Amino acid sequence: MKKSFWKNAAVQSMLASLICIVLGLLIGYIVLLFINPAGASDAITAVIKNFMNYSRSTLQLKNFGSTLVKTAPLLMCALSVLFAYKVGLFNIGVAGQYCVGICACLYAALAWHWGWLACLLFAVLVGALWGTLPGLLKAYCNVNEVISGIMLNWIGLYGTNMILTKVKESTSPYTFHVATENPKAILPTLGLEKLFSGNNKVTMAIPLAIILSVVIWVILSKTKLGYELKATGNNKNAAKYAGMAEKRNIIMTLAIAGALASMGAALLYLTDYEQWQCTTSSVPGMGFNGIAATFLGGLNPIGTIFSSYFIQHITSGGAYVDKTMYCSQISDLISSLIIYLCGFVLFLKFSMNKIIAKREEKRAAAEKAAAAVKEGGDK
Amino acid sequence: MLLLIQYTLIFASVLLLVALGGCFAEHSGVINLGLEGIMVIGALGGALMMRYAPEGISSFAMIVLVLLAAILFGLLYSSLLAVAAINFKADQTIVGTALNMLGTAAATVIVKAINTAANPDDVSSTIQYVVPKKAFIVNIGTFQFNWFMVIAVIALIIAYVTLYKTKFGLRLMACGEHPQAAASVGINVFKMRWAGVLISGIYGGLGGICYILAGVSEWKFENGVAGFGFLALAVMIFGQWKPQRIALAALLFGLFRALSNVYTGFSILTALNIPSTVYNMMPYIVSLVVLAFTSKSSRAPKAEGIPYDKSTR
Repeated sequence: MKKSFWKNAAVQSMLASLICIVLGLLIGYIVLLFINPAGASDAITAVIKNFMNYSRSTLQLKNFGSTLVKTAPLLMCALSVLFAYKVGLFNIGVAGQYCVGICACLYAALAWHWGWLACLLFAVLVGALWGTLPGLLKAYCNVNEVISGIMLNWIGLYGTNMILTKVKESTSPYTFHVATENPKAILPTLGLEKLFSGNNKVTMAIPLAIILSVVIWVILSKTKLGYELKATGNNKNAAKYAGMAEKRNIIMTLAIAGALASMGAALLYLTDYEQWQCTTSSVPGMGFNGIAATFLGGLNPIGTIFSSYFIQHITSGGAYVDKTMYCSQISDLISSLIIYLCGFVLFLKFSMNKIIAKREEKRAAAEKAAAAVKEGGDK
Repeated sequence: MLLLIQYTLIFASVLLLVALGGCFAEHSGVINLGLEGIMVIGALGGALMMRYAPEGISSFAMIVLVLLAAILFGLLYSSLLAVAAINFKADQTIVGTALNMLGTAAATVIVKAINTAANPDDVSSTIQYVVPKKAFIVNIGTFQFNWFMVIAVIALIIAYVTLYKTKFGLRLMACGEHPQAAASVGINVFKMRWAGVLISGIYGGLGGICYILAGVSEWKFENGVAGFGFLALAVMIFGQWKPQRIALAALLFGLFRALSNVYTGFSILTALNIPSTVYNMMPYIVSLVVLAFTSKSSRAPKAEGIPYDKSTR
């Protein structure tokens, strides 16, 4: 019998994500209606259109480029969450790992005047070390990685503020521009800026992040290491019984997750797209949006590429709403609604399978009845 | 010194209230990671009440109204967790995280919308409550006594009595330890878990309004509550899910949080010349260290975090 199209797991994941997106946007629209019914439709279309709000195609391309620039770190954060989740760990510390990545790459670039490769690798190293902390606590002290992750987020944020104060402009709370202070720390553009009407913030970061998501997919689904890690996630004791070093696996997973998030930070801050504000009082939203992208992407590295772009698309789109009526946080509201709805994905898939099973049963019964009728006719 | 005691007591009250909320949810078998979001929404409810309460009402009426608003908002918001985690068997970690993000985003959007509607040039997410705040404070000499200190103690007593001395509390805890066994003697596990989560919403909402009333007299909702919901979870774990021990843990954590507010008042501490950010980090570092030493012999409810499935009985 032919396998039903709707039974395919990938199709179901995609469908579930689409339902989450549509419902999230719909609820967001209702909230807008409550705030001010006059401009709600314009506002929600502005969020969805993002760079297409510009009429000139060169400006469209330039702003499309800017959205992509911020998609790269988001994708890295999402990969970090995804990698840990596959091993049964919820890496909520991704925001803190992102923070220490910013700290490491900016300090290396601005205080020590290193080149871009050295800055990038330094950020990866620091992120990996930061990630080992919750790993060690989890493996040896049984500390829940969610709680330790949150604590490390705040420690990382305050630490970053403290360290980067040494490389900030004297008249403002912002760090120096990397482009003017140390141009050799800027990531190479590989000529990509020509595709985006000269937007020189578009660098190798974007293709690199996409390549890395493929690498993560290969590691998780095609290698022995990936198999061992996933086995540890499924059942720690069974993995130990089968001779896998379950403590090492937990620590390594969180170290890799930390390295990924931290690298994401370097991929954004080494383009000089934005400066760090040394008085920041809340943990960067990039990490939490990464969690949204992970679950919206159906926990698949390739799906994550698209979901990261989508989340960044509406986050950037928030800047275009009419500020006299609404605020740009409306897109944060929509993305948090989407994560909440992602919690229902399991239930959605379950109901889909139930409907399919019922239909098949009906069809089988109908076929049986038809066959019986035919048999009867032959007699 | 008096200032340190004052801040310690008020921050301990916040942590105690929220940690007790987490305690109720976990004893019923649901991990409430959304406490942070519940705090923000509860604070929003209380702050809106303070803004719109009629002028010239008595302090007592003001306190009651604000508390009721915070409780109602926390209760309604926690039902989002309950419906997802209990009825739809969603992953409690994802839903909790989503509620935290949603809490801050929704509060910011709502407050900004109110501010902009009142004055088109005002795009801040701040609510001021200079006058209504006075209802909560009684000055005894230089010591600012805050009614929330009493409320926290009452909440502690209620929690202790409910959990250990009533039929309801014992049944609630049974649902967190072994829901199948509880169900087999006729306890409705779904109802009990709903009750646990809703109570945590009440406590969380109260903790939220207490937090924003602790120091300043205006609140910027974009900032959320700075990880206090999670600090409260650390307090709960350190307190081994027991109300009386949670109270002691809350005092300890409150002390470290208070130090970052008032360390400049101590000549010994300012002489050490430690940057203020280190004091800001202190509560988080302390909680990590404490958790590292106490989590090994954890007495967490056995069935927490696992959705109850009737067919596994």
